[in-house]
Amino acid sequence: MTIVETYRTLEEAARAMGGDAVYMGGGTLVMRAVNEGAGPPRLIRVGDPGLRQVRSSGDRITLGAGVTMAEVLAHRDLAFLHPVARLIGGPQVRNMATVAGNLFAAHPYGDFAAALLALDARVIGAGQTGARPVAEILRDRGRAGLIAGIEVTRPRDRRAFGFAKVSRVKPKGVSVMSIAAHLPRESGRIRDARVVFGAMGATPLRASGAERALEGRTLDAAVIADAAAAATEGLDPPTDALASAWYRREVAGVHLTRLLNEMEQRR
Amino acid sequence: MTRKPVTFTLNGQSRSAFAEDGQNLLDFLRRGVGDMTPKFGCGQGTCGACTVTIDGQTQLACLVLAEAVDGHEVGTAAGLADGGTLDPLQQSFMDHFAAQCGYCSPGMLVSARALLDRNPRPTRDEVIEAISGNLCRCTGYEPIITAILAVAEGRIRA
Repeated sequence: MTIVETYRTLEEAARAMGGDAVYMGGGTLVMRAVNEGAGPPRLIRVGDPGLRQVRSSGDRITLGAGVTMAEVLAHRDLAFLHPVARLIGGPQVRNMATVAGNLFAAHPYGDFAAALLALDARVIGAGQTGARPVAEILRDRGRAGLIAGIEVTRPRDRRAFGFAKVSRVKPKGVSVMSIAAHLPRESGRIRDARVVFGAMGATPLRASGAERALEGRTLDAAVIADAAAAATEGLDPPTDALASAWYRREVAGVHLTRLLNEMEQRR
Repeated sequence: MTRKPVTFTLNGQSRSAFAEDGQNLLDFLRRGVGDMTPKFGCGQGTCGACTVTIDGQTQLACLVLAEAVDGHEVGTAAGLADGGTLDPLQQSFMDHFAAQCGYCSPGMLVSARALLDRNPRPTRDEVIEAISGNLCRCTGYEPIITAILAVAEGRIRA
């Protein structure tokens, strides 16, 4: 039995959290449990339309926690995130699923969170002014608190950010894995490489081996091969109904190669 | 159990009913309001059989809290036909054998209608994308895609 509590503001909702309460964003994750009779005793929701705003200031864009994937796709300033949002769920889910909710999606979901981690996005908590790295939220999602918004910086140019989702069913399938790569360049060399795998662990994870192989280099065939060889270093991918750990490990480098090749060929 | 009054618009008509705590919109529409066109398939947001529109956007009724539609406009397949006149999409589904068991049809039709309302001349790829959240286990999708394209291309009179 689930009791639903609706609050006007996120701050009021934050005060009502605690104990057995679960916050509901777009509902695409929480309602599945409710429908199975396994919902939380208390479901907390907020009616504030301010949570669905997108604000841009220069290259910095702040997404309200409740911005949906469809709203990301409708926003011109968020073009760099369109290839990501387009691959989340089907059309109906994109009209419901929220950017902050995706941070809490259990494996194999959470492809948008993988992109946010690669972009080094920052998360603004309820009633807070400062922002925390999204990596901190992903490390301990149970203690993340309520999220008001997500700050993300637009990649410098269209070659700097790439995203790929690998699924067996198209156009709408669940991830065997997703890959987000943020490779800003300074004087032609990659600086602060961030490569993230989704669905290769309980949360999106950085591929530190691939990042090391790319750092300070220019994207060419030899460097891409080095990155691919180190793709799964330190990762322990899961076995599930979609793919075995062995399969994920085998193909991760192949898919990373394809993504990096595609990014290298962009003009 | 708490019951909450929900006043909303269903296919253009104002309706009021009580929603139970935690009740999803699909159950509310079927048991509370009596609109049986949205179907229960998976209850997990995977199959699309319960697709409805909320303020013109397709959503999955099984994943929406019933109380959340208070003050909003809900559209279902029951609103497609105008009296005895079928929506051109419904006629086209019949003409092109786009329904076999029929269980996915209401959701398919709602997704297709939403597509044509915002994009009256979609490409084949746009049709495929638009119905990608609706599973059909009978037809293999081809007759459904053909039926939607027939309306878009004006071969079925709108």
